[in-house]
Amino acid sequence: MSLTYDDVVAKYEPVLGLEVHVELNTNSKMFCGCSTIFGAEPNTQTCPVCLALPGALPTVNEKAIESTIKIGLALNCSIAPFSRFARKNYFYPDMPKNFQISQYDEPICVNGYVDVEIQTDEGTKQFRVEVERVHMEEDTGKSLHVGGATGRIHGADYSLLDYNRAGIPLVEIVTKIVPGTGKYAPEVAKAYVSELRDILRGLGVSDVKMEQGSLRCDANVSLRLIGSDVLGTRSETKNVNSLRSVERAVRGEMIRHAELLNKGERVVQETRHFQEDTGLTRSGRSKEQAEDYRYFPEPDLVPVAPDAAWIEELRAAIPERPSLHRKRLQEAWNVPAKEMEAMINADVLGIVEATVALGADPTKARSWWLGEISRLANERDTAIADLAITPTDVAAIVALVEKGELTDKLARQVVEGVIAGEGTPAEVVSKRGIKVVNDDGALMAAIEKVCAEQAETAEKVRSGHLPAAGALIGAVMKETKGQADAARVRELLLGHLGQ
Amino acid sequence: MIRSSAAEMAAKLVTGEVTSVALTQAHLDRIASVDADVHAFLHVDTEGALAQAAAIDAKRAKGEKLSPLAGVPLALKDVMAQKGIPTTCGSKILEGWRPPYDSTVVANLKKNDIVILGKTNMDEFAMGSSTENSAYGPTHNPWDLTRIPGGSGGGSSAALAAFEAPLAIGTDTGGSIRQPAAVTGTVGVKPTYGGVSRYGLVAFSSSLDQAGPCARTVLDAALLHEAIAGHDPKDSTSIKAPVPQVVAAAKSGDVKGMKIGVVKELNGDGYQAGVRARFEESLELLAKAGAEIVEVSAPNFEYALAAYYLIAPSECSSNLARFDAMRYGLRVGDVDGAAAESVMNLTREVGFGKEVKRRIILGTYALSSGYYDAYYGSAQKVRTLITQDFTNAFTKADVLVSPTCPTTAFKIGEKANDPLAMYLNDIATIPVNMAGIGGMSLPSGLADEDGLPVGFQIMSPVMKDERMYSVGAALEAALLSKWGAPLLDKAPIMGGSK
Repeated sequence: MSLTYDDVVAKYEPVLGLEVHVELNTNSKMFCGCSTIFGAEPNTQTCPVCLALPGALPTVNEKAIESTIKIGLALNCSIAPFSRFARKNYFYPDMPKNFQISQYDEPICVNGYVDVEIQTDEGTKQFRVEVERVHMEEDTGKSLHVGGATGRIHGADYSLLDYNRAGIPLVEIVTKIVPGTGKYAPEVAKAYVSELRDILRGLGVSDVKMEQGSLRCDANVSLRLIGSDVLGTRSETKNVNSLRSVERAVRGEMIRHAELLNKGERVVQETRHFQEDTGLTRSGRSKEQAEDYRYFPEPDLVPVAPDAAWIEELRAAIPERPSLHRKRLQEAWNVPAKEMEAMINADVLGIVEATVALGADPTKARSWWLGEISRLANERDTAIADLAITPTDVAAIVALVEKGELTDKLARQVVEGVIAGEGTPAEVVSKRGIKVVNDDGALMAAIEKVCAEQAETAEKVRSGHLPAAGALIGAVMKETKGQADAARVRELLLGHLGQ
Repeated sequence: MIRSSAAEMAAKLVTGEVTSVALTQAHLDRIASVDADVHAFLHVDTEGALAQAAAIDAKRAKGEKLSPLAGVPLALKDVMAQKGIPTTCGSKILEGWRPPYDSTVVANLKKNDIVILGKTNMDEFAMGSSTENSAYGPTHNPWDLTRIPGGSGGGSSAALAAFEAPLAIGTDTGGSIRQPAAVTGTVGVKPTYGGVSRYGLVAFSSSLDQAGPCARTVLDAALLHEAIAGHDPKDSTSIKAPVPQVVAAAKSGDVKGMKIGVVKELNGDGYQAGVRARFEESLELLAKAGAEIVEVSAPNFEYALAAYYLIAPSECSSNLARFDAMRYGLRVGDVDGAAAESVMNLTREVGFGKEVKRRIILGTYALSSGYYDAYYGSAQKVRTLITQDFTNAFTKADVLVSPTCPTTAFKIGEKANDPLAMYLNDIATIPVNMAGIGGMSLPSGLADEDGLPVGFQIMSPVMKDERMYSVGAALEAALLSKWGAPLLDKAPIMGGSK
């Protein structure tokens, strides 16, 4: 009989630790000029340096240092005036030098924090996740093990190596242990990774695509008896490639640990691999005996000593934290939390903000992007961002509606025209000949015509049965090809029929 | 023709008295006639050298402005990557590897139209002081073929002493340019660390390795120094500063008023009598030329050798990890079903020699957790102290001097099974690498007891390389007027003609 989650948290306190690897989106690799574009033919983005040919030497990508400092600043870290690269020595075929250039005891950013919020039955709760360090390193190549049942190296018929990824800049963000989350540990872990992802996206330093591996999370979990100061043995779950999986992995490991501890067994210190289908982890590499990486300062690279003035320049340019920014927008626009969430999930918040910045009413802007434009994107099976319509276009359309030059219905035609590539809203309006008929004479002619055709209905209205007017208005709209303002039509029609 | 200095050859090329093709051919002929005995070369690029020479002659015929050493041939230590040319580092593990790229030194040589004759023998991965550790057999000292030519760059220095080339490239991690120069009666310079790019120099110990010029005269070394030196964006440790004016210094050879510091700790016990006699004699000549001789002390030098044999093996254990049979070089045991790990183990077992394995094991141990502080950490502290000793000494003297090595060339096989005795050979050269300063060795005569060449070492502060050239040129001139002819004229005649 397996334990329930409530049983676990009634007895144990979880202790979290999170390590996140982020692939930077620099154009070139960490230590050479090779391209970093994802998905190229195997081994086409390599050179003597990233293939570790004899004699080749690394040089540091300045852009990667800049991105890492930005990350450190955004995570409230101090930036070390002097930091060093180190060699982490171990043999593996996908690592060309058989050492990884990383940072060890002198990382570039230290001692930061990220505040995260989660929604609970007891209301909104805030947690501070402290960041121990942010450091730079290089990615390894990729091995593809062919044949065999597991796709792992053991039992494979042969292995293929692709060094395109070898040397891609990675930033590792390591938290201190996060105690005190109690039963909320899984949600806190998820909220932290989510917040981090938003911050990194806001900085523009990474694609942060968990499914493509440009943001990878290792979740360390241990349990201790409530009230105890002694930390339990931790497991390190790798391969967690979605936000939902972070939460599931932590929850799953908490239950697995508790079951072991309750049986009087011990937790093995090891890496675990998260399995998306079952939500469980399977055993990976043992860490019972600490591997000896024989770290020492990288003699091929001079220390990193960023100029203080440059750091201040970068600090001044750090954008507002996405979560605070959202809170501010939500207040300014007076939007319910649910709507805010909808915009975030549809990835239109930035676009709506840009549209509002161009003068559009927030509610109108939101409703265009989340409504009609989202629908058209769905219809075309494409992302909203890839549609040929910009915040400028939408702001212009909203303005035209406000000025009464377009009805909502006509505006939808304009949106469609813009997306179809017919030009700006003004161009679409003129090309398609879309305009609101607001010439009362023309409208009266149409009203008279309709009333004559549908004399019986007109009589009903004249005698005070107002709901019947709808049919007549519809007919007038049809007569004017939808270009009339329905409200004006109603006004004139009722007047014409003595109401 | 082949006995001239590189500067003289260059002058004759300019006047048209000789073509680069003829000069190159003369050296290729010399290699063909003596290298079976000397074994300075691992690979001779006859076709490539002649093609390069012909191209240079054509440029000259068109009246193009050429560099000072254009058309002069050179021997390249086999530790330097040269595009398309076998580069073995004296190791079986790189047998058959042809680099797809040029090292920066080679690119600079080509840019300066210096003709590359081929690759010279060396101790495997530059680990050794005799070339006996080459996987391809030892090089023999042209002064006495039963003796070692020094190492690791014994091939380059022997090629100069045997007149197979007037210029050569060496690399110096603990004395691999200077000690071979000393025992072959030639000139060798280790520039300031970072003065010459390491890009394409197959690393032994990254923080100590430095490429430099080898020649038969101080001026030739200076000319080659200026051709290969300078900042290189591909080497992060390369110094961003103008190249020291070493040619001008070598031409003037003025030491009047210079203070020359004799390092107390690098003399005396353990130094062969003939070595000490030649050293004292050279000091007198320098004093006569107008220099002031002072004594300086460097108390921490006594720990230099021990610290070196922790730092260099540590770095090499990591640098040589890339030789794993995956991407290039030797591959052993790659039979159907063999795991990558077993192929890698077998390849390294077969591909590396004894000394290389010894140092990989030493270095792996020194970097291990629990030992790091006691070994690698302490060695780095010693390194700082040695640098401080130099800094202090340079407040009292413009350059420092010592014998280059404690002894003259020993017999092949004599120390092959005694690594410690072999390591002691570098006792006077290692401190220079530890501090990253410049060092030169030039011939100071023959030891009375064995008639073999003795080297005189000059050390100069970081990026003040011109100072050692001034002193070297002054001493060279004084010795030449004393002897009446270059020292190498006293070497046995090889190959039947001069």
